[in-house]
Amino acid sequence: MTDNRFFNRSELIGILMLAVLLVVVLPLTLDVFRLNLVAKYLTYAFVALGLVICWGYGGILSLGQGVFFGLGGYCMAMFLKLEASSVENTKIQSTPGIPDFMDWNQITALPFFWKPFNSLTFTIAAIILVPGIFALIIGTAMFKRRVGGTYFAIITQAVAAILTILIVGQQGYTGGINGMTDLRTLKGWDIRPDHAKIVLYFFEVGCLFVCIMIAQFVRHSKLGRILVAMREKEDRVRFSGYSVANFKIFAFCIAAVFAAIGGAMFALNVGFMSPSFVGIVPSIEMVIYTAVGGRLSILGAIYGTLLVNFAKTGLSESFPELWLFGLGGLFIAVVLAFPNGLAGIWGDYVQPRIDRLISSRKSKPDGGWTDSSVADGAPAE
Amino acid sequence: MGMAALPAISMLPRQSFADVPATAAVNTTGLAVTDTEVTVGILHSATGTMAISETGSIEAEKLAIEQINAAGGVLGRKIKFIQEDGASDWPTFAEKAKKLLVNDKVAAIMGCWTSASRKAVLPVVEQYNGMLYYPTFYEGLEQSKNVIYTGQEATQQILAGLNWIAKEKGAKTFFFIGSDYIWPRTSNKIARKHVENVLKGKVVGEEYYPLGNTQFNSVINKIKLTKPDVIFTDVVGGSNVAFYKQLKAAGIDLAKQPLLTISVTEDEIDGIGGENIAGAYACMKYFQSLDNANNKAFVPAFKKMWGEKTVIGDVTQAAYLGPWLWKLTVEKAGSFDVDKIAAASPGVEFKGAPEGYVRIHENHHLWSKTRVGRAKLDGQFELIYETADLVEPDPFPKGYQ
Repeated sequence: MTDNRFFNRSELIGILMLAVLLVVVLPLTLDVFRLNLVAKYLTYAFVALGLVICWGYGGILSLGQGVFFGLGGYCMAMFLKLEASSVENTKIQSTPGIPDFMDWNQITALPFFWKPFNSLTFTIAAIILVPGIFALIIGTAMFKRRVGGTYFAIITQAVAAILTILIVGQQGYTGGINGMTDLRTLKGWDIRPDHAKIVLYFFEVGCLFVCIMIAQFVRHSKLGRILVAMREKEDRVRFSGYSVANFKIFAFCIAAVFAAIGGAMFALNVGFMSPSFVGIVPSIEMVIYTAVGGRLSILGAIYGTLLVNFAKTGLSESFPELWLFGLGGLFIAVVLAFPNGLAGIWGDYVQPRIDRLISSRKSKPDGGWTDSSVADGAPAE
Repeated sequence: MGMAALPAISMLPRQSFADVPATAAVNTTGLAVTDTEVTVGILHSATGTMAISETGSIEAEKLAIEQINAAGGVLGRKIKFIQEDGASDWPTFAEKAKKLLVNDKVAAIMGCWTSASRKAVLPVVEQYNGMLYYPTFYEGLEQSKNVIYTGQEATQQILAGLNWIAKEKGAKTFFFIGSDYIWPRTSNKIARKHVENVLKGKVVGEEYYPLGNTQFNSVINKIKLTKPDVIFTDVVGGSNVAFYKQLKAAGIDLAKQPLLTISVTEDEIDGIGGENIAGAYACMKYFQSLDNANNKAFVPAFKKMWGEKTVIGDVTQAAYLGPWLWKLTVEKAGSFDVDKIAAASPGVEFKGAPEGYVRIHENHHLWSKTRVGRAKLDGQFELIYETADLVEPDPFPKGYQ
């Protein structure tokens, strides 16, 4: 990679290490069940990645990313649910051919806004556009009026609450609190068996790296530097003639689209979508992933998501009645001891040692420095 | 039904150690069964908003497993259980169910409580061919080879209660209040059809509130305006506390205004307070105060294990049935194989059920009696009425859909 606009050397090493971990190490060491869990964790990594741009660089704290995760997820789930609700699969219903929850709610025909979701192309467009446009509307309404900081965070929370109530209340159209379950096939391809899970995992990892590249590009472009400048001294940027609101809207929209892709991946990998990912609590949890990983670090956010979720699963399997306390303790410890999260630990303690190691080896005639940097390997594990 | 298992048993090499059949014969699908142990899963919410309701089910299942083990286990094997926490979160239920089936290879899962968690787990148990024993009364419209429903489905629970209150109180007008999700909505749909078509009465109001709602004043005003003969409620969980307190504060005396609930058990009264709900009628299949020999042994055993202060509600009792029915079915089938258990289930009867007697129907639901109880000040129900015969489970009721 000669182009220094996208990466510097340590970032490139970091991305390669993450690629090795996700593409080689985890698939080789985990069985399909655990790998599918990792796929589920990584869907949140899309959200965390968006939050790094929006919150870490742009300084816009959104406590409503679950909204976009949910919109993306529901778009995907609507397509999958329609495919699973073929006339022959649903012949036990009063009205065959519509999703089961509609039948339970005495709806006898497919509502008009469901119809376009028979098309995969439309669905993919909707996954990007619906949350993107929604974020654009919220962003324009807020940032053009110079609403920011805490007020913005509160409003995003309100949006998350409203959307949850809407989904739960309109159960005939959305599946209500049960969500959309029993998603089966994608264009006739069964998404449930083990080999499908593996394919979906690698597809998701691919998408994640595309998003990482986009995030890297934003970060290293002039745009990224303006975002940081805005976070530090918003007025100066404004007085320099930049339209602060437009940059904020852009960062917010990018975060929303990333979250939506994560949501769509979730519906595919887990075969499920429910309002429990839309509300306030999951939205805050997603912010915690970013905080644990380090809100200024693109890769840190991904490791943070993985670590917190591994801890969550591990603790809840070992201590079903006490695990929430352990998890709470972990958060408090990380935030108190390492305000910059895992990326902070890496940057403050691990990186300097590797650098020292490299420079001392380099002075010697034959230095196998790549070995040592790989062996010191994955951060925070 | 369990014929497929018979040749296998008769071909056993040597019945050397007592009459414990060889593992290879009773477990042909690689479940977690050894010569001395069989593993089952317990999957309920130990944390989160549903923990208050599901803890009773966990306790009942552990009691049943302990009693079965004390009586010699299943096919000579002790039951070992792995407990997982669904954390009141439906996708977590699905994930943990998959872990129990794929990783731990449990022979059966006792679990789920809300319809939402069951709907999340159902595709998993069907895909990996597991066996789920589901304890809660629920809305029906479902039937699966891989699930045994040990609670009542909606028509079983509701119709007898409505008939009784129409006859006893001469009720003609009904006001429905429910939480806003699939079970109350389906239950009220069935109740409405029954009121309008069979009882020739009238539904004067039907209102829904989100789960966890605590403001019922507007609906209470509507009740005062419409003056229904019966208030019929399926409000669930913590909302009940607010609902009954506000009802009382608004001056509606349940001794004079008949109220029939299908969602308040002894567990909920613990939170509501006996003085706030005394006089209300509940319609379900079990009350802690039932006077029969099985229940007189069950209640003290439960209290001995889990403390004098615990109360036992309808779902807790239904959860207790799960491990027993599974044991009886395994013994009938002579095998732990899920296919054989699913096939052998119809007709399995449990004479030691605290509710009296239950039998599994071809549709994997239970034949059971429906009972009406009146809430007393001490938080217990006084049995007022019970159906003469077992009520047939009918998850896809004709004329009620």
